[in-house]
Amino acid sequence: MIGVELVKLARRPRTWATIGLLCLLPTVVAVFLATTRISPPPGQGAAFLSAVLQSGSLYPAAALALVLPIFLPVAVAVVAGDAVAGESSQGTLRYLLVRPVRRTALLGAKLVAIVVFVLGAVLSVAGTSYVVGVSLFGAGDPVAVVRALPEVTGDDGGVAGTAPAGGPQSTSGPAGGQVGGSDASSSGGGQPDARDSSAVDPEAARERAQSSVSSLSGEALSPADLAARLLGAMGYVVVSMLGVAAIALFLSTVTTSSLGATLGALAALITSQVLVSLDAASSVTPYLPTRYWLAWIDFFRDPIFLRDITAGLWLQAGYVVVLMLAAWANFTTKDVTS
Amino acid sequence: MTRLVIETRGLTKRYGGRAAVDDVDLHVAEGARYGFLGPNGSGKTTMVRMLLGLVYATRGEISVLGRPVPSRVAEVLPEIGAMVEGPAAYPHLSGRANLALLDASGPRRGRAGRRRERVEEVLERVGLGAVDRRPVRTYSLGMRQRLGLAGALLNRPRLLVLDEPTNGLDPHGIREVRDLLVTLNAAGTTVFLSSHLLAEIEALCTDVGVVDRGRLVLEDALDAVRGPTGRLVVRTPDPEAAARVLGRAVAERHGDTLVVDAAPGGPPALARHLVEHGVPLDGLAEQRRSLEDVVVALTGPGSDTARGARRNGARPDPTSGGIRR
Repeated sequence: MIGVELVKLARRPRTWATIGLLCLLPTVVAVFLATTRISPPPGQGAAFLSAVLQSGSLYPAAALALVLPIFLPVAVAVVAGDAVAGESSQGTLRYLLVRPVRRTALLGAKLVAIVVFVLGAVLSVAGTSYVVGVSLFGAGDPVAVVRALPEVTGDDGGVAGTAPAGGPQSTSGPAGGQVGGSDASSSGGGQPDARDSSAVDPEAARERAQSSVSSLSGEALSPADLAARLLGAMGYVVVSMLGVAAIALFLSTVTTSSLGATLGALAALITSQVLVSLDAASSVTPYLPTRYWLAWIDFFRDPIFLRDITAGLWLQAGYVVVLMLAAWANFTTKDVTS
Repeated sequence: MTRLVIETRGLTKRYGGRAAVDDVDLHVAEGARYGFLGPNGSGKTTMVRMLLGLVYATRGEISVLGRPVPSRVAEVLPEIGAMVEGPAAYPHLSGRANLALLDASGPRRGRAGRRRERVEEVLERVGLGAVDRRPVRTYSLGMRQRLGLAGALLNRPRLLVLDEPTNGLDPHGIREVRDLLVTLNAAGTTVFLSSHLLAEIEALCTDVGVVDRGRLVLEDALDAVRGPTGRLVVRTPDPEAAARVLGRAVAERHGDTLVVDAAPGGPPALARHLVEHGVPLDGLAEQRRSLEDVVVALTGPGSDTARGARRNGARPDPTSGGIRR
């Protein structure tokens, strides 16, 4: 059954159109960056974007940062929301079930197909953006980028993860790394300051906290090391999408409307994004599906900062297990009347 | 009695407070062509879905091919071909690709290499052998219907469960499907067909079950349902003379048609009697109930109208006896 689902996925024009669009966005951004050579000012734009001018081989990371907040979750929600509801509204569900395909097997095959889709999408984005990045910016020295990353401060759980859709910003170029380096110890001292102003403008406070950069190790990244970190980040992004997929797939078993399931999943994500950036909701923040989405950036720290990554993996696993059980319970006991 | 392929006891399905299927005891014998007849909205499709394990019954038992449904439906479905409430296919794929996918999602049977063969065979059977690579999106309703039928034939079923299989077909197509079903039936496939079309069931089926507002109001062999009424229908260019000759035996008279109580000796004796008395004959036949008479008598007004008075038993409408059909 898994094979059949993969064939269906592959033979559906929508699959390729979606992946094409996902690859297009980073390419367009790269073309603008390369022609103007204007990098986003500190505090704006997606992570890594200001640094890729120095090293095109890190453009895949920048591309992930570009598609992660909206494009990728939308694509996943569309595919997963359509998984069962689409078959249902098309009428093909009843014919699959009387073939017979066991309902549990069908649900499992759908989940596998969605994972393969996410994997394919992330690989395609990384692949095209690597080619685009290297050909437009050249394969510079990736170490500069590593230096430019914000350091994890305090027990806040990693600033990278808490940032809303815009993502944490690497606020400086290679030179910024040295400036931040002298500031490494002061980031802890900066914490109360950030707290004070958070009452007025939490967003600004967060950004200020993030803007403290530190000089991490100055060792250059070998191509193999860089590749490994990229693979880790890509894998983590794929896992991050599983929660969305599970939400959409569950809703897909509830309704016969693909659109309803997709929009429901996106509504859940937007709610999560809003709450994550809301200090008043900090009691639930660790359990929100988007809470650790940006922890993949930790793969580019030296050494790799694993705490948020681990928490993110567990969180996504929890969402997948709970929602798939709910989907299974609902789907296997429901009357198929479409 | 032959073995039952489908048997239900007290089968009931409620949606909210309304019973879509109400206490139905269905008996479909092996080798039969069973027509499940009822107006739209009478619970036919819900019934079919329950037989296939798509919808779960509120109460009652189902046994299909000797095994309980839905608990062991996975064991019987490989021997069933089904079409439920119209055909469905992936619109962006060709008919062939759709069948290949459907075939591949079923239980493993033979080598995958034979899939092309199987697909070609069923396409041929339903008259789509020459179909090209156009996507199903461009198919006419009739072609889709044939494709759905082809899908139902993929696992060489012992039992075919078809819900309104001739919807959207032209008269030529209806005839073809009917011939196909008779051929399959002759080869041992039991056919369970639901329809709201009297003529379709009358033309195809050996047994009939009539459902009305969720209840099974009649289940019998079609021949028994359409049994003789014990009267003869006489058509003559000279009805006056015939009436004079037959006297009090004439039960009814409509133009040049007389309905006559049967005398000993049956039609031959009556024919001889009339001819001997110089009454010319256009036709002479036994009066039989038509399925329509029976169904109308049993079901009353359609399920979407207000509750009508329900008459008991089947009483034939004299004007529609024997020779009219």
